[in-house]
Amino acid sequence: MQITSPAFKQNARHALDDAQLQKALGNVRGGFIDKRQKAVDALPEFDALRDSARDIKNHTLENLDLYLEAYEKQVTAAGGHVHWAETAADARRIVLDICRMTNARTVTKGKSMITEEIELNDFLEAAGIQPIETDLGEYIIQLRGEHPSHIIAPAVHVNKEQVEADFRRVHNHLAPDRDLTEPETLLDEARRILRAKYFEADVGITGANFLVAETGSSIIVTNEGNGDLTQLLPRVHVVLASIEKIVPTLNDASQILRVLARSATGQDMSVYTTLSTGPKRNGDPDGPEQYHVILLDNGRSSMLGTEFQEMLRCIRCGACMNHCPVYHAIGGHAYGWVYPGPMGAVLTPALIGIDKGGHLPNASTFCGRCEAVCPMKIPLPKMMRHWREKEFERGLNPATQRYGLGIWAWFARRPWAYNLATSLGIPVLGMLGGRNRRFSWLPLAGGWTRHRDLPAPDSRTFRQQWRERDAIKQGALS
Amino acid sequence: MSPRDAIMTNIRGALAAGGSDEARRKAVEARLSRPPKGVIPARGQLDDEARVELFCEMARRVTASVVRVRSHDRVPKAVSEYLRAKNLPSSIRIGDDRRLKSMPWDKFGSLEVRRGPSDGFDETGVSHALAGIAETGTVALASGKDNPTTINFLPEHHIVVVDAKDISGDLESVMGRVRKKFGKGEMPRTLNLITGPSRSGDIEQKIILGAHGPRAVHVIVVG
Ligand code: SF4
Repeated sequence: MQITSPAFKQNARHALDDAQLQKALGNVRGGFIDKRQKAVDALPEFDALRDSARDIKNHTLENLDLYLEAYEKQVTAAGGHVHWAETAADARRIVLDICRMTNARTVTKGKSMITEEIELNDFLEAAGIQPIETDLGEYIIQLRGEHPSHIIAPAVHVNKEQVEADFRRVHNHLAPDRDLTEPETLLDEARRILRAKYFEADVGITGANFLVAETGSSIIVTNEGNGDLTQLLPRVHVVLASIEKIVPTLNDASQILRVLARSATGQDMSVYTTLSTGPKRNGDPDGPEQYHVILLDNGRSSMLGTEFQEMLRCIRCGACMNHCPVYHAIGGHAYGWVYPGPMGAVLTPALIGIDKGGHLPNASTFCGRCEAVCPMKIPLPKMMRHWREKEFERGLNPATQRYGLGIWAWFARRPWAYNLATSLGIPVLGMLGGRNRRFSWLPLAGGWTRHRDLPAPDSRTFRQQWRERDAIKQGALS
Repeated sequence: MSPRDAIMTNIRGALAAGGSDEARRKAVEARLSRPPKGVIPARGQLDDEARVELFCEMARRVTASVVRVRSHDRVPKAVSEYLRAKNLPSSIRIGDDRRLKSMPWDKFGSLEVRRGPSDGFDETGVSHALAGIAETGTVALASGKDNPTTINFLPEHHIVVVDAKDISGDLESVMGRVRKKFGKGEMPRTLNLITGPSRSGDIEQKIILGAHGPRAVHVIVVG
């Protein structure tokens, strides 16, 4: 997909003006937060499990090479194939080779953010192979020629009238007067159409939520069952996963599963948690004849050993964006690449470069809700700050911002000058604020006042008030 | 350098500061050979009867229906009652599972029992689970000719038989069972952990049952 992260500000402005999108975003604010909270409240061990999950991933990352080796050995022992891909282009080529080897004409796909990251669909289409998304949300946005706007609810920006229009346009062999007004009828139609596709497909591609070193298993976690049909019915199952998906053992996966579903959808457990290990066995009446895993790096190993290592604990639950006021306001597309919200603000600059993704870590109010709800306890705000520092070090922010920060730094290092300036400036501003005590315009503050008023300050500075407060306290004590 | 070596070199370079290779290797081997249990929720740690009841209760919460029968030979009756109540054709699909096979299906003369994997034309499939998980109301099913995986996903209705004695309190205990049954580090091709019927919330976040898998899951607990 074309990266539009550098145009984040314009994207955000369009999103704010898009009434339909704003209505759809209400579903994020309304649904996810309450459901998660209920599920969390019902499990007294939730916080202990978060610690456990964090420790498991930390241990795994510190021994990533060894666990990858152990995992590879087990996949091979179960009759599967492991392929290593350093870049997106490598991964695409490996998928195509597998498709060509099996003379594939159509592939069905389970939901996978990695295939978005490597832009697999466009590539396969260009090579004459038809990719079919089977997750309902992914199917809808594939019909619309769009990309996911949320990592677990890809079509959260679309309303049901739009889905109806898309189905009528694409499923034009069906009766034009059929009723498609409710989500139920829309789902039924998609179910019928996709059912046939699973049987026709030659290759099924899924992602993985976990790769288990102990057994060589890949795990997918879904609610619809499309991922299962995708990997069960075609002759070949291809798993595309990035290297940090590894966990050591089945028990470790179990620990993290408990926090994953609760954080994502507020379920205790998703409907289908499926562990797949190698191809069909002797005597098995169903299942794929070939099982391939493509392990993608694409920049992750370079995050190890840096201040961004902890981001590799992410299990893509979506809780950080579900609780983010910025995401609530602008949705996922404005972020301009595959990963939106707070996790995207940290991950995107690491994967596509700070020069392209630099706006994203700035799109934060530092309210800290993302870190508070992250099941893996990833310090997202801290890492956004690291990116801001890097952006500053590399001189990537605009000149006015750098100039302003320079002035601020000069005052901050000279308390007498700061005192003098504020004790002169604040009363003046206070007086100029007028009866409403607000500014709708101020020189040099256009970036703020264009969208909201600036409250006029009180007539004393913060430091003056603090001193008075101290004096009162002293008086009360003596 | 092969892509594998390049990635590994990069990882090892980044981790170089993190302790000796020998110590790391030992820690990894220890974890793989003796997987630690971690934090186990108290919710499922109950005596036998209470654990089975919790399982039934949790399964109902995720909109599965549940009945309990005393022994395996009562299962066919429970199945035909379900079919009748739901107005379904008197026909089921089952695999080679020894327990399912030895049940007295012929007592219900009109019931057609089709054997083998599902071809996508079955209204109702019946599987025997390997285990149940009380904390979440989940059933665990292993692939193979006994209980072909297609039966879990293609029929509109999925009836799952689970023995009360195979219901554990927590997920880790079921993983322990899997290790014991298949051998350490060995797995069936697929292990399905199923918690209620298929659903989607992808259109305006409204949850609807019956996405791509079964529209209904009916659990029969034996014992
Ligand atoms: S950063 Fe945390 S909250 Fe956000 S998707 Fe990843 S694991 Fe979930």
